[in-house]
Amino acid sequence: MAAIHLTVNKHDYTVDADPQTSLLTVLREYLDLTGSKYGCGEGQCGACTVLVDGKAQRSCITKVGSVTQKQVTTIEGLASGGHLHLVQESFLDAGAMQCGYCTSGMIMSAVALLKRNPAPTESDIISFMDGNICRCGTYPRIVSAIQRAAKAAAPAAAGKGAGR
Amino acid sequence: MRENAILQVPLEPERYELKATAPYCFDLDRRDFFKFLGAGVLIISVLKPALVAQESGGSGRRRGNSLPKEIDAWLHIGENGKVTVYTGKVEVGQNIRTSLSQAVAEELHVPIARIELVMGDTQLTPFDMGTFGSQTTPTMNLQLRRVAAAARDTLVALAAAQWKTDVEHLVADDGKVSDPQTNRSVEYAALTKGQQLTQLLPAEDPLIPATRWKVAGQSTLKVDGRDFVTGKHRYPSDQTLPGMWYGKVLRPPSFGATLVSVDTQKAEQMGGASIVRDGNFLGASAATTEQAEAAIAAIHAEWKSESQPSSNDLFAYLRKNASEGKDPTGDGDRIDTGNVDQALAAADHRLQQTYTVAYIAHVPLEPRAALAKWDGDNVTVWTGTQRPFGVRGQLAEAFRIPEDQVRVLMPDMGSGYGGKHTGETAIEAARLARAAKRPVKVVWTREEEFTWAYFRPAGVIDVTSGVRNDGTIAAWEFHNYNSGSAGIRTYYDIPNQRIVFHETQSPLRQGSYRALAATANHFARESHMDELAHTVKMDPLEFRLKNLKDERLRAVFQAAAKQFGWGKTRAAGQGFGMGGGYEKLGNIATFAEVSVDRKSGEVKVVRIVSAFECGAIVNPDNLRNQIEGSNVQGLGGALFEAIEFENGKILNGRMSEYRVPRFSDVPQLETVLLDRKDIPSVGAGECPMIGLAPAVANAIFDASAVRLRSLPMVPDGLKATAQSA
Repeated sequence: MAAIHLTVNKHDYTVDADPQTSLLTVLREYLDLTGSKYGCGEGQCGACTVLVDGKAQRSCITKVGSVTQKQVTTIEGLASGGHLHLVQESFLDAGAMQCGYCTSGMIMSAVALLKRNPAPTESDIISFMDGNICRCGTYPRIVSAIQRAAKAAAPAAAGKGAGR
Repeated sequence: MRENAILQVPLEPERYELKATAPYCFDLDRRDFFKFLGAGVLIISVLKPALVAQESGGSGRRRGNSLPKEIDAWLHIGENGKVTVYTGKVEVGQNIRTSLSQAVAEELHVPIARIELVMGDTQLTPFDMGTFGSQTTPTMNLQLRRVAAAARDTLVALAAAQWKTDVEHLVADDGKVSDPQTNRSVEYAALTKGQQLTQLLPAEDPLIPATRWKVAGQSTLKVDGRDFVTGKHRYPSDQTLPGMWYGKVLRPPSFGATLVSVDTQKAEQMGGASIVRDGNFLGASAATTEQAEAAIAAIHAEWKSESQPSSNDLFAYLRKNASEGKDPTGDGDRIDTGNVDQALAAADHRLQQTYTVAYIAHVPLEPRAALAKWDGDNVTVWTGTQRPFGVRGQLAEAFRIPEDQVRVLMPDMGSGYGGKHTGETAIEAARLARAAKRPVKVVWTREEEFTWAYFRPAGVIDVTSGVRNDGTIAAWEFHNYNSGSAGIRTYYDIPNQRIVFHETQSPLRQGSYRALAATANHFARESHMDELAHTVKMDPLEFRLKNLKDERLRAVFQAAAKQFGWGKTRAAGQGFGMGGGYEKLGNIATFAEVSVDRKSGEVKVVRIVSAFECGAIVNPDNLRNQIEGSNVQGLGGALFEAIEFENGKILNGRMSEYRVPRFSDVPQLETVLLDRKDIPSVGAGECPMIGLAPAVANAIFDASAVRLRSLPMVPDGLKATAQSA
């Protein structure tokens, strides 16, 4: 056990945990941030996806000791000032969920994708998102939600000269 | 024709769903409930004891005739105008929290945002057998509409009495009763004036016909969708309580293994964990999951394993261990009409084929989870289950306490697909919590979920048929071993039929699954129909329609054919096929386009067209969502999902070893909805799945001339399958 300093959703935390403990376990059990989900424990389903310095990472196979100097963003930290992130809104509008258990991970992966590639083609989306499982089978709706978000962000990006 | 049949034969029983122990139904704290609700209007019903016994499975565990009078509270309109609706159904992703809210909003004439559903809480909601079998829409939707209509009538009567006018003059709309003649209006909430009014649900109440629906019948977004995109919603595995510990269970090394000896000394010496040994149950709980895991790892247990069957000899095993064929419908006789043997002998062509389906896993993305808390001898459990009342019964049984000391709550969960009918984690968490003297949460790992849950039954189906040169089917003999009787009847018009379901011993624990046996039975039937069409050299669509009188089923086949462009010419390596049928009162036709790479043997499903009819449509967008999801999930079982096992061990029980459909597997999906406003609404979560596997099989044959009769069809590509066949 060791005192581990973490920055999650712009808040600083100190937890007493083994650095080998998974980031997912620390988020859920130590910080009570349960929006990131356990699905497989081996990085195969994407339900636990969070952003580490803006990049999508599977928190179930990420050791908490490896992210101490980094910015971690979870689904709880995506909306700001009561306003949903564009990707969250587009998932709602596209009805891109059934049970919703994969949704946090899907949204975090999609945010990472759009950061890297603000105007992805359908095949870009499919290949980037292929590591996220939706067992309810809402994949086509998720693709369409991501396309919606990209489209909605486009004028803003052009106007402000930057993505979200 | 079938309209009458629907009335006489309600829903085909799901054999495996009925196998689970049924619960009692004692609700002894209704009086507290009435107090808790406060003033307002409450709609209740009194359930007849006979019905309660029947719904609880008639297990015969009830003592004598001393049944308490069952009072079910369904809907409450508070003085703040909030409408609270109580239902024992649960939300597992099928989106009934939204569709049932629509039903209530429609009849009660209140904005949907004012409605809150309390679902699957055994202390607050009316008894419900469980959420399965696509029964919510045909039964609960109707029930809540009746309840809401009764509430509306009660409120209108209250206003009429206050204004000393006739109810005929008054209009209910937007949460208010108004009198257009005098321009008076009053909010529902203001009508009760601090009193608690209870109104018994009338036996009959006219409902708004689907042609005049305003809220129902419209696409409505998930009512609490925002909580799901922000991570705020707490699934069963997200539940916490102050002072809660995390629990783990030590599993046997293989199925059927028994505990020979156990040494918990080392685990106990580590401290900080509560260790439980109770019969064959070995578990530990501690402040963190890691500590609980460490305690489990420190327990030394020796097990005795028995030899178990393996997936390699599965189908021979099922045949060998079959019992005599039983009636698939439960009314005493198996289906045997006309004279099959004679008709077979007289037919121009006879065809005999065998079809098989493997065991598959549900793989709900949220594994089983439960949080249990004891308060003296009373236990409360939050858990993910499709049968909260069933789990209540299991807990009462496991702890030998009356059911009124058990409360089960079901937070909207991360899916089930028929896979969460049982209460394993609830019992495990409760057992550990009792020992630890504090709340304990148990969340299964993916490996536990793959191994210790149950599977969709594997099965063998033998079909023998006789057909005349003109394409008329004369004889049909159908034997299903183990996979189940749902959808076993043929809807084709065949004068001589023998249809038999054979129960067998199952080498693995098996149970319900979305569409259950209907997938296997339709795969066999609709593949065989295709084979028969080729035998008599007829177009598969023409052949089906020639033998099909049912108008609703004909309509979906024709609608899907039109959208698909059936009859168009195909390129090399391209194949078209169809499958369809009737299940859970819905009608589906599925057309598939596949491409087969002749060199590599890779099969790609390119396009799926589904035409579906389930009576009056309640929520078109959600209906499309369910149909798309059925097709995507169905692709897994059709193409590559199979549980492999050997001598009591699962060989591919991890997400990295068991392939489920992903983004890149998804074909172009097109959906045609037939909205029959003249027919009562029925469910849609299962039926759309059943046409997919045969449609794909028939398309693969069309593309490659290779006939695949086993699900999954191409776990390693067509080449490997064709070589091993």
